[in-house]
Amino acid sequence: MSESLDCMVRHEGGRVLATLVRLTGDITLAEDAVQDAVEQALRRWPIDGVPDNPGAWLTTVARRRALDVLRREAKRTAKESDAVMLDQVTASMSEATSDSMVRDDLLRLIFTCCHPALSPDARVALTLRILCGMTTVEIARVFLVADTTMGQRISRAKQKIATARIPYRVPSDHELPDRLPAVLAVVHAVVTAGHHAPEGRLDARFDLADEGVRLARLVHDLMPDEPECAGLLALALATHARRDARLDAEGHLVLLRDQDRSRWHHDEIREASELVEAAIHRRRIGQYQVQAAIACLHTLAPSIDETDWPQIAELYRLLESLTPSPVVRVNRAVATAEAHGADAGLALLDDMDESDVAQWHLYWSTRAELLHRTGDVSGAVEAIERALTCNPNDSDRAFLERRASELKC
Amino acid sequence: MPRYAALIYGDAATETSGTPEQWASIMVEYNDFGATAGAAGVLAGGEALQPTPTATTIHVKGGKGGELLTTDGPFAETKEVLGGFYLLECKDLDEAIHWAAQIPGAWHGRVEVRPVIDFSQE
Repeated sequence: MSESLDCMVRHEGGRVLATLVRLTGDITLAEDAVQDAVEQALRRWPIDGVPDNPGAWLTTVARRRALDVLRREAKRTAKESDAVMLDQVTASMSEATSDSMVRDDLLRLIFTCCHPALSPDARVALTLRILCGMTTVEIARVFLVADTTMGQRISRAKQKIATARIPYRVPSDHELPDRLPAVLAVVHAVVTAGHHAPEGRLDARFDLADEGVRLARLVHDLMPDEPECAGLLALALATHARRDARLDAEGHLVLLRDQDRSRWHHDEIREASELVEAAIHRRRIGQYQVQAAIACLHTLAPSIDETDWPQIAELYRLLESLTPSPVVRVNRAVATAEAHGADAGLALLDDMDESDVAQWHLYWSTRAELLHRTGDVSGAVEAIERALTCNPNDSDRAFLERRASELKC
Repeated sequence: MPRYAALIYGDAATETSGTPEQWASIMVEYNDFGATAGAAGVLAGGEALQPTPTATTIHVKGGKGGELLTTDGPFAETKEVLGGFYLLECKDLDEAIHWAAQIPGAWHGRVEVRPVIDFSQE
């Protein structure tokens, strides 16, 4: 079986599942029915050929399967809810699913998977399971937890959706500001996990980073008027565009400044910057638009020295006002040092809470670099030594020790 | 129609303190909620509980008919205590959250929303 067929079936499966969830109101039943349809497709399409409308084919088979199960259940339990579902699915058998119906179904399902009544971990897992068609084992591998743990996390979430009746609906306009951030956070978590997933951790057939971009694109397509959705897609694209230059031949991380920019995917960078520009014109600024703008400025620069540091420093200032955090502050200090000198960067580091930075080696190694640039070598060495007391991982420790001996020379 | 229990938790320290004026203004808020939710047909019941110092916790040790152990105070000594509850009739969790967010306990403390088991559907 070809990989592309497998991929197509899996992605179509997500759309079919969304429709089946609407019809049956039961994620587990819908999943079983779609799984059945997918298995049939993978058996028959290589022989019979791929149907003209694969989604419609899968939907019809899955509906028929769901009907069989519901008929059996309804006979056995005589539950009112089963009878209602049965009627709904039966009535839908003649319904042709239009693109706009599938879009609505998908949008509803995204808001269900990312409902704030579910734990943040469960939202991410459920989205990858239901909307991206990943298996429980694949998701467990991404998040480095045991298969059984991930299986429990997903089944508990599904159980809560059923028992507490988390509805399948798109929040109304006035609810959207409360509900959209959870959806964006899930997509962002997938994008970030895909970006940081070390080589070899994932199945060869599955690229989480691709999946992050696909998910971001889906959310943007479904809510084209939300500038933060566009911002998040742009951020995903600008990050993913550097994929071929991020690791050297031995698989070690290459710093942005040392990456071979000719290996970046410049068409994707272009799309990202167009998205950000259009989004910013809507004048509803948010963290993802700002992060995307920063990523675009980095990737649009022909070299590290031609980077627009003043603009990046300004964007970090804006980002810090939207989402203050020690990480944002340190990034802002680095950009400010590039734009306005090491002293300006150090001033931003000085102004941080001791409790935020005491055990954080990146703060101290950044501080060391900026002190070194001002000519304060002994201060820099002291800061590196402080960084080494913060339990850095092996490769960070090796880097810091090398740096310390360089400075002492 | 599914039912949800909205369990209202508040700070144990302020449960017994507070001036009469403060309590009066909180009562006005609760009366408002009762009137609005009642008119919408959402309220299926609810009670306010006396403060936790009035509570008695009992346990029968060793199974039915065993030794009766009676202790003074609530089951769990916590900073936030159960002060009352409503039973809300809502079609789904979003609707229950919508109404629970209008219970004054949601801003004076916390409201925990729990689906009630419908034994006719089990």
